[in-house]
Amino acid sequence: MAAARALARGVLLGSYSICRSRSLIFNSVQKRGIAACIDPSIGLTDEQKEFQKVAFDFAANEMAPHMAEWDQKEIFPVEAMRKAAQLGFGGIYVNPDVGGSGLSRLDTSIIFEALSTGCVSTTAYISIHNMCAWMIDTFGNNEQREKFCPDLCSMQRFASYCLTEPGSGSDAASLLTSANLKGDHYILNGSKAFISGGGDTDVYVVMCRTGGKGPKGISCLVVEKGTPGLSFGKKEKKVGWNSQPTRAVIFEDCAVPVTNRLGAEGEGFSIAMKGLNGGRINIASCSLGAAHASVLLARDHMCVRKQFGETLSNSQFLQFRLAEMATKLVASRLLLRQAAVALQEGRPDAVSLCSMAKLFVTDECFSICNQALQIHGGYGYLKDYAVQQYVRDIRVHQILEGTNEVMRMIIARSLLSES
Amino acid sequence: MSGRVLVGVKRVIDYAVKIRVKPDHTGVVTDGVKHSMNPFCEIAVEEAVKLKEKKLIKEVVAVSCGPQQVQETIRTALAMGADRGIHVEVSGKDYETLGPLQVSKILAALAKKEQADLIILGKQAIDDDCNQTGQMTAALLDWPQGTFASEVTLDADKLKVVREIDGGLETIKIKLPAVVTADLRLNTPRYATLPNIMKAKKKKIANVKPADLGVDVSSRLEVLKVDEPPQRQAGVKVETVDDLVGKLKEAGRI
Repeated sequence: MAAARALARGVLLGSYSICRSRSLIFNSVQKRGIAACIDPSIGLTDEQKEFQKVAFDFAANEMAPHMAEWDQKEIFPVEAMRKAAQLGFGGIYVNPDVGGSGLSRLDTSIIFEALSTGCVSTTAYISIHNMCAWMIDTFGNNEQREKFCPDLCSMQRFASYCLTEPGSGSDAASLLTSANLKGDHYILNGSKAFISGGGDTDVYVVMCRTGGKGPKGISCLVVEKGTPGLSFGKKEKKVGWNSQPTRAVIFEDCAVPVTNRLGAEGEGFSIAMKGLNGGRINIASCSLGAAHASVLLARDHMCVRKQFGETLSNSQFLQFRLAEMATKLVASRLLLRQAAVALQEGRPDAVSLCSMAKLFVTDECFSICNQALQIHGGYGYLKDYAVQQYVRDIRVHQILEGTNEVMRMIIARSLLSES
Repeated sequence: MSGRVLVGVKRVIDYAVKIRVKPDHTGVVTDGVKHSMNPFCEIAVEEAVKLKEKKLIKEVVAVSCGPQQVQETIRTALAMGADRGIHVEVSGKDYETLGPLQVSKILAALAKKEQADLIILGKQAIDDDCNQTGQMTAALLDWPQGTFASEVTLDADKLKVVREIDGGLETIKIKLPAVVTADLRLNTPRYATLPNIMKAKKKKIANVKPADLGVDVSSRLEVLKVDEPPQRQAGVKVETVDDLVGKLKEAGRI
């Protein structure tokens, strides 16, 4: 009899259970995102909808249930990321001949936007990893591509992007890490700051000075973990992005073979900037996913929370606030997708458009998530609720991959250079 | 033995959507609402693809009945590993009244046309919860059936099916050709990978009309009214056990 009852419960559950979910956290169903006017699948091709569906499913089942734990315990979720790589997320816009998925920038943006609803910090790291894999794929010679890309695409090995230094952030071209040629090796001396994944990753794409001052003296070297002279600083304690470690990367007479140089001497800065164009689309996509999830969380909270005898959803002020958030979300999404298309087509306005998109989307989406937190009232401030993690995680998107101030510089330069 | 498996996939309203009844009470709102593949159909596709990977069968054909939009559902099946698809075009009024009897007639006709050895379906759809299509299809074809399957083992032309039944688990042995309906614990459907989604673009989906198969899709049922379930009433608190017994007797429950 007991077996029958247990089975009956099991059979009943059958109609409602979700096949692939391991556990339903209380707001994971809402995150499946059903709200017609902000539906992120509008305007996509059937194939793009399939990519998006896989990414949303993966985010809901493999990431969202752990996002809070990864943040609180500062866990770098290697297994979950390798699962993502098995689906092709390790080298989304890398060539298939070295293990990548060969998709477009728009496809990539759609995928990161969906993954980000599961965990912004992890998705942002995956996007940095993708950027590094692409740089090696695009600017490396065949030996370098075959040596590094397959392992990066499968996430057998993880990558980090090393440009920023303690003395050069926005003024990236003034970097000081030196690479002096000695025989068939470069000897690296200097340090990089704020490196995502630093210390836990295996492959470091490092911009360093092989020539004179300014951008033309910078080259791009691939440094592998375990190379003598490569060490790391302490793990930084951050407000968000806690599922990825951030450390200084230190070079002390670190010898790197010349064969690890991507492109020619002096091309490093240009390679770095080209990587960042795509990186900016990706980071903005992560902000978009967080904002989308936050709008849904805010809407659901408004339908449930009652004050003054009625649900918050009856308050005109909050209705208007929600409408503004939704409008900004859709506007951001459209600008970002246009920028992605411009980049993949190699249009002349691509760099400016990517900067505009990064600037607008990261700012607007932070505002959206912040307002969503406000709508939650006191509950929004508790770590039991996901909205505060979205706010904390995407705050840094307005700073890295080029501060939003630098984005303005790029756009202004483009406008004024035509006069 | 053609080694061909037919898998039926149904496009239903996504499980996470809040269902709303149409103002005219003739059905539920489906316009602009998110749809996806029925979860039990996903399990059916996964089982078929697993059999193909074990090289026990040769070809997986995904079938869906409905308007143009069901091609999305067939593409999802192709991305999971099905080899080709068949879209049986049913639209408008016919689609609104399409039920297990019509679908089972279509599947039976297709099974004969494609010379299928095995049909795998989900045990029921999450929109109508009928749990009839698999059984009707088997009856029309006069094939054995293994329904509510939680484990399927294929050995040449014999199928061992472990079924989930009210009293526990039942194991049966049936001969191919047969119909199997998938229950929740049969497997965990895989995620489609990005490369497979792109390969699916090249796989063929054939278009067929019910008339071509000699099937009449008119329904013998007429839906009179669709209503929401009654609102949950507030309960009543009582002070003592005697009060409770009294109230239950009043309500005619004991």
